[in-house]
Amino acid sequence: MQRIGVFVCHCGSNIAATVDVKKVVEVIRSEPGVVHAEDYQYMCSEAGQERIAIAVKEHKLTGIVVCSCSPRMHETTFRKAAERAGLNPYMVEIANIREHCSWIHKDINEGTEKAVILARAAVAKVNLNTPLYPGESRVTKRALVIGGGIAGIQTALDIADAGYEVDIVEKTPSIGGIMSQLDKTFPTLDCSACILTPKMVDAAAHEKIKLYTYSEVEKVSGFVGDFTVDIRKKARYVDADKCTGCGLCQEKCPSKKTPSEFNRGLGNRSAIYTPFAQAIPNVPVIDTDACIKFKTGKCGLCQKVCAAGAIDYTQKDEIVTEKYGAIVVATGFDTIKLDNYDEYAYNQSKDVITSLELERVMNAAGPTHGHLERLSDGKAPKEIVFIQCVGSRCSDDRGKPYCSKICCMYTAKHAMLIRDKYPDVNVTVFYIDVRTPGKNFDEFYRRAVEQYGVNYVKGQVGKVIPQPNGKLLVQGSDLLDNKQILKEADMVVLATAIEPNKDVRKIATMLTASIDTNNFLTEAHAKLRPVESPTAGIFLSGVCQGPKDIPETVSQAGAAAIKVVGLLAKDKLMTNPCTAHADELLCNGCSTCANVCPYGAISYEDKQVNDHGIRETRRIAVVNNALCQGCGACTVACPSGAMDLQGFSNRQILAEVDAICR
Amino acid sequence: MTTEKKQAELIREISGVEPLKCMKCGKCSATCPAYNEMDIKPHQFVSYVANENIEALVNSKSLWKCLSCFACIERCPRNVQPGKLIDAARQIVLRQKGGDYLKDEEIPELLDEELPQQLLVSAYRRYKR
Repeated sequence: MQRIGVFVCHCGSNIAATVDVKKVVEVIRSEPGVVHAEDYQYMCSEAGQERIAIAVKEHKLTGIVVCSCSPRMHETTFRKAAERAGLNPYMVEIANIREHCSWIHKDINEGTEKAVILARAAVAKVNLNTPLYPGESRVTKRALVIGGGIAGIQTALDIADAGYEVDIVEKTPSIGGIMSQLDKTFPTLDCSACILTPKMVDAAAHEKIKLYTYSEVEKVSGFVGDFTVDIRKKARYVDADKCTGCGLCQEKCPSKKTPSEFNRGLGNRSAIYTPFAQAIPNVPVIDTDACIKFKTGKCGLCQKVCAAGAIDYTQKDEIVTEKYGAIVVATGFDTIKLDNYDEYAYNQSKDVITSLELERVMNAAGPTHGHLERLSDGKAPKEIVFIQCVGSRCSDDRGKPYCSKICCMYTAKHAMLIRDKYPDVNVTVFYIDVRTPGKNFDEFYRRAVEQYGVNYVKGQVGKVIPQPNGKLLVQGSDLLDNKQILKEADMVVLATAIEPNKDVRKIATMLTASIDTNNFLTEAHAKLRPVESPTAGIFLSGVCQGPKDIPETVSQAGAAAIKVVGLLAKDKLMTNPCTAHADELLCNGCSTCANVCPYGAISYEDKQVNDHGIRETRRIAVVNNALCQGCGACTVACPSGAMDLQGFSNRQILAEVDAICR
Repeated sequence: MTTEKKQAELIREISGVEPLKCMKCGKCSATCPAYNEMDIKPHQFVSYVANENIEALVNSKSLWKCLSCFACIERCPRNVQPGKLIDAARQIVLRQKGGDYLKDEEIPELLDEELPQQLLVSAYRRYKR
């Protein structure tokens, strides 16, 4: 029989105003197993914890019930207090009489009645509690970063600088991501390449960082501290060790009609290519869909001109298997497809472009060499209209319900840069709201209006109609003047909504990391654990977690890195002892539990069992304690009642139910 | 409950529109082909219903100028669909008059060259029980 002490907290007036704590103490004294009960103003305070320690000694307590706030708040506090007093921490139960009781009741009689019931249930559970001991698992001191944009690069640099090995897996032929496609960055207007390329070089040169470019994560198994990952290194058809990066192959390649991904399809590239001049590594890849040699067997020009003999048409994809202790997702974003927005004529006119395409047009290395010109006829535009919130803040099924966050600022940037370089160009911005929270952000936007004379119009655009004379008729609202505006423009720029990279769903599934309805990765806690996935050992960096700009991405990348370092710095990990296990005599190996397990923690083994004298080999569920997070899904799914959760056994739960129904 | 409050609720009920979903972007007014004919503009339909300013709405010129082209319904990013509100406001007026607005035998004499086919179809849908 347990010797249980019950401690009822007032939480100031948080609990005491709606629960008669003295009465709870009085009633709970007569519960089976309870040898001591008291109340105190703040149980979580040092004096409150001290009372627990004294009572454990005085009354030789073997179990403790604390009637207080949610276990999410102070379960750990009281478990530690019990441990200091010499008890096993898992002999502590919390009865949540604040969030579940005092805060939601108005009447003190009702509140008191419910508090007694909750306390009684907790006592019933402690009566069946047994001491539990966490296990240990090892930590592989190496991290994997998926995605080589600014988020991934910064995370990798910070982890590597702390002294740990990091691998970056990047799908495209070069690291750099979307930031490498940008021309200038707000609010300081420094050149994107000038601040990014040094970081790319740092990452490539760092002795602790290994780059897997043109590679994809193929398979992930294992658990926190001990992941095993298969990486597919796609065949480049160029030997990276021999290639000098001279670029002659790209110059001589006769197939030059493939839309350049880097230039957002606004220019063409050759079949053998590096995405951009500062690409890292500076080793081209052959696009076999465009290559004449691969399509017809004839050509081979690149091989002929390569003085280093680096071209190898026989190269095959290679699978590399590596072990990691932690994985960071930094898969970034892309702009949404505009096929559902016919009213803006994006697919009908070359002069209607997205903001990201405008970045390439404004960039000296872009398709127009930095000259602002219409893509249809190369003429200099005189009238440019920007449309904000294209596909953002849309609760219909065409767009995204969230604010893409970066568009207000980059539109102000584009408008300002155009007015600065081409003062004779009129710029009109149609906006719903201008959102500029951030250091020096609103000042930046006001500069666009007050110093650069950008015409901001409050109202959305209804339609863009291409005219026979090549102009674009923009029909929009001016809500402040209460009129409908008809404006002839030469170019229209759409602030297109951003969405998580489309591969994130596949990656999240491999990692068993949860994602929300918009395909953004979910945090372990929206406020208090924003860079961790609920899946242990998986961390989040950059826009894969939610829309954010470059400074926020870099900050979050650093935060994710320190979480990774905190994990890798440990030699062993304590595992949660509240895990599932199967009763070998009851399990019939039906696989139901493995199908519902969100962590992939259950496998099957053929085991020798002795079932009341009958010896036979049976297929039995085995739980990997390091992977199991103790969610309990398997225990309710198991048709034969073989699965049970330590610390939350079926007997304990039913005892609680019985106590409540008594 | 005031008459206007009741009417506003009736409009919400008939139209199935929740005016509070509006984020005041003005895309409805930006897209409306009858904008210049209207005294109360499409984006204002929403705020008039939200503010229970129904008397002014049902007496407006706009009530009968809306073409039922559904451009505002199609393009509203928040699924507020102001066209449905004006539709419902028209119904309130017509219900007060009593009886159906259109009878089959009246159709031929109403037809004229300028009348868009779509209007006739939507008139049926709206007013025929």
